[in-house]
Amino acid sequence: MKYQLNVNGKTVTADADSDTPLLYVLRDNLALQGPKYGCGLGQCGACTVLINGQAVRSCITPVASLKGGKIVTLEGLGTVDKPHPVQQAFIDEQAAQCGYCINGMVMQSVAFLAKNPRPSEVQIQDALAANLCRCGTHTRIVKAVKRASEAMTPAAVTAVSAVKGA
Amino acid sequence: MQRRQFLQAGSGLVVSFSFAGASLSHAQGSAPVKSMVRDQVDAWLGIAADGRVTVYSGKVDLGTGVRTALMQMVAEELDVNFSQIDMVMGDTLTTLDQGQSAGSLSLQVGGGTLRQAAASARQALLASAATRLQVNVADLRVANGVISTRTGDKNISYAALVDGKPMNLKLDPKAPLKAYADHTIVGQSIARVDIPAKLTGTFMYMHDFKLPGMLHARMIRPTGLGGKLLSVDDAAARKVNGFVMVVRKQDFLAVVCKTEWAAVKAARALKTTWDTPNSMPLQAHLYTYWRNLPVAKNEAVIKTGDAVAALAGSAKRIKATYDFAPHTHGSMGPSCAVADFKDGACTVWSASQATHSLQAELATVLDIPKARIRMIYVDGAGCYGRNGHEDCSGDAALVSQLVGAPVRVQWMRADEHGWDPKSPPTLVDMEGGLDAANLPVAWRSEFFLAQANGTLEEFPLLAAVLSGVKRNGHYTGNLHKNADVLYQFPNRQTEVHRLADTAFRTSHLRTPGRMQNTFANEAFFDELAAAAGADPLQWRLTYLKEPRARAVLEDVARLSKWQSRSSPASKTAGHLARGRGVSFVKYDNDRTFVALVAEVEVNRTTGGIRVTDVWCSHDCGQIVNPDGAINQIEGGIVQTISRTLLEELQFDRTHVTSTDWASYPILRFPDVPRIHVSLINRPEMPLWGAGEMAPTVVPSAISNAVFDATGVRLRSVPFLPAKVKAAGVA
Repeated sequence: MKYQLNVNGKTVTADADSDTPLLYVLRDNLALQGPKYGCGLGQCGACTVLINGQAVRSCITPVASLKGGKIVTLEGLGTVDKPHPVQQAFIDEQAAQCGYCINGMVMQSVAFLAKNPRPSEVQIQDALAANLCRCGTHTRIVKAVKRASEAMTPAAVTAVSAVKGA
Repeated sequence: MQRRQFLQAGSGLVVSFSFAGASLSHAQGSAPVKSMVRDQVDAWLGIAADGRVTVYSGKVDLGTGVRTALMQMVAEELDVNFSQIDMVMGDTLTTLDQGQSAGSLSLQVGGGTLRQAAASARQALLASAATRLQVNVADLRVANGVISTRTGDKNISYAALVDGKPMNLKLDPKAPLKAYADHTIVGQSIARVDIPAKLTGTFMYMHDFKLPGMLHARMIRPTGLGGKLLSVDDAAARKVNGFVMVVRKQDFLAVVCKTEWAAVKAARALKTTWDTPNSMPLQAHLYTYWRNLPVAKNEAVIKTGDAVAALAGSAKRIKATYDFAPHTHGSMGPSCAVADFKDGACTVWSASQATHSLQAELATVLDIPKARIRMIYVDGAGCYGRNGHEDCSGDAALVSQLVGAPVRVQWMRADEHGWDPKSPPTLVDMEGGLDAANLPVAWRSEFFLAQANGTLEEFPLLAAVLSGVKRNGHYTGNLHKNADVLYQFPNRQTEVHRLADTAFRTSHLRTPGRMQNTFANEAFFDELAAAAGADPLQWRLTYLKEPRARAVLEDVARLSKWQSRSSPASKTAGHLARGRGVSFVKYDNDRTFVALVAEVEVNRTTGGIRVTDVWCSHDCGQIVNPDGAINQIEGGIVQTISRTLLEELQFDRTHVTSTDWASYPILRFPDVPRIHVSLINRPEMPLWGAGEMAPTVVPSAISNAVFDATGVRLRSVPFLPAKVKAAGVA
């Protein structure tokens, strides 16, 4: 089957079986390697992408279920030269070790900050409670999200969400 | 330069591998593209015509930041800009075997060699510049890869001196290293070079690596350890869109498809029957099984005085048994590898911590000479020891050989949780004695540890064992380390029994043995201190003589505002009990010093434990990158709190049953404590590791804190709420 998807602001076509998880379509058909395969069960968060601004586990989201949603991956947020404020905050806090979970941490945080632009540390911990990290980078990740929230005006969050498809 | 290509490749591009014009054909035993002679500087680093320095490291970066730290060490010693350095890591064609990247030795040992190579190069280049510029070496200085006279009237760059050729220099083990006071790069918290790419989806992980024409495989495993394949029915699998073939060699079984999703579906559709023996111990009776195993080997008894006689004569005698559950590595990314077997040679892209020894492990599986296997390291998800990366590399190599095409094997979550080798169980008997004045007179310990025999080459690699290649090894790491304590009690005796079994496939997992042994030692130390009515931190200071040991304890006491008193704390009202515990280690009894205080909150009603604060004082000698060290220390502490409070391998008589994150839960954000790290920097001293030292003391510090809070002693990891309640915290 051919599927038309809106990914990072562009319309793209992918040829895949209808039950193919979005994760494999993004990684293998569209060569986007931000989202990671972690469990295939929706348990760890490594595969998280934004669909219409919501954080979604792409490993358990069949491509046929998308129905025109606007998909944003880690690559769609920013680049090494021009990172998104959340990406920049993670870099500033050196909030990664192996970094395999980091895609999920960033995507979940972007969706969360759009709803709660000035969270407390406890609210950040709760927002990321379903994202797993094995290296133990948690304290730095919380600091990074806090730093991002302080760097971003609520308007900036909304603007980013609007541009990126929320 | 290879590294930069990696980082910039991005976006899942198909990367065609080249090295200075050399193609993959170099896997097939033709002449190496650079020196591979250990005592030659060219084996370790090269200076290109554009001035860039390429460093060839046998040690790899497992997500710990050693790439950046090694760059700092070389840049410092060579006197070039940090940004001028490119790292090649773990490629068996171009890097030398420096041993597996384990034991927190990558900077301590691996970095030491690179530093010496850089110092040798600098020394020789200075001599050569002196000749060229017709001045004395003493009149020259180096900055950013340019040698100039003190007056600045003459200069020449490294690049000009080297002129794009090999340096043909002997590595001089006596080439003088820079005085630490002159360090400008080592000792700085330089930002990690890999992090920006990791944050933006452009970092090339093993999982992102692709080859043209590459097929996708998924493994089908026996229903348990030692299972024999009876039948395979691929009728349903063949109907999957994109199915290519089923490959089998004895009990080694995989499906190969054109796409990943097809491989996942075909693996699910394949019908198999297995004959699987009940080879695993009964989980409920694990420690009875463990204690009753025959002893394969007794390690040397460490003896001071006569502990047996002193115990018999002591006024107070305390005995306790400690146990520590087996754990899984739990990498966030299930293992992945790509292999290309062609013309009797094989290239494998792998996230293994041991690409060099893996060459030998794979040679017997593929039945080709080791020299015809090229392993290329590509960063993976954190492994924390020998996880599934090596087994998965074996899978990919053998499937590629059987299929005759490049193949990517991606383990599923259940493969990783179910089949990565586990840390073995540990059992320790402790006994101590106090005299009438409550002074410790005797310390006796007996450790029951998994056996170790053979080298890594004999590791029971899945692709070997399942395809019928015999493997007799049980490689579990140096589990006996830190069995002995440094406390200057008059009579001490420590015995280590290596048992004639490992219960299941085992390997080293972060802080192997040291964590388990120190759990028993440091918690039992507190049992004695409590019996003596002594403050546990002060008691440690009393019986430790080394100034650096005392320094970390005194530092952590200050940091945590330690109140001197005996444990337990006086009982408070309410369902939450609070307490603090301390623990100390000198890692391996010969390097990094750590003292750590944990503060906990114990829910008397539920038995739940929350670690609220951790203070850690850490002395690893000279520090290369303080922020990098802190990142490792923080991470190690969080990971070990998870292991201590929550983690326990689940299994039945045939197989591991904790095969996902629901059945093997780990610590989540809301339960992560505040962590305060204090680094004691000793730039004048040798540098030691920092990756697996802080974890050593976490389980004992928590046990000691729970005792302080509740008067209940926890001697069995993990401290699950049900166990804590059963121990009587209410």
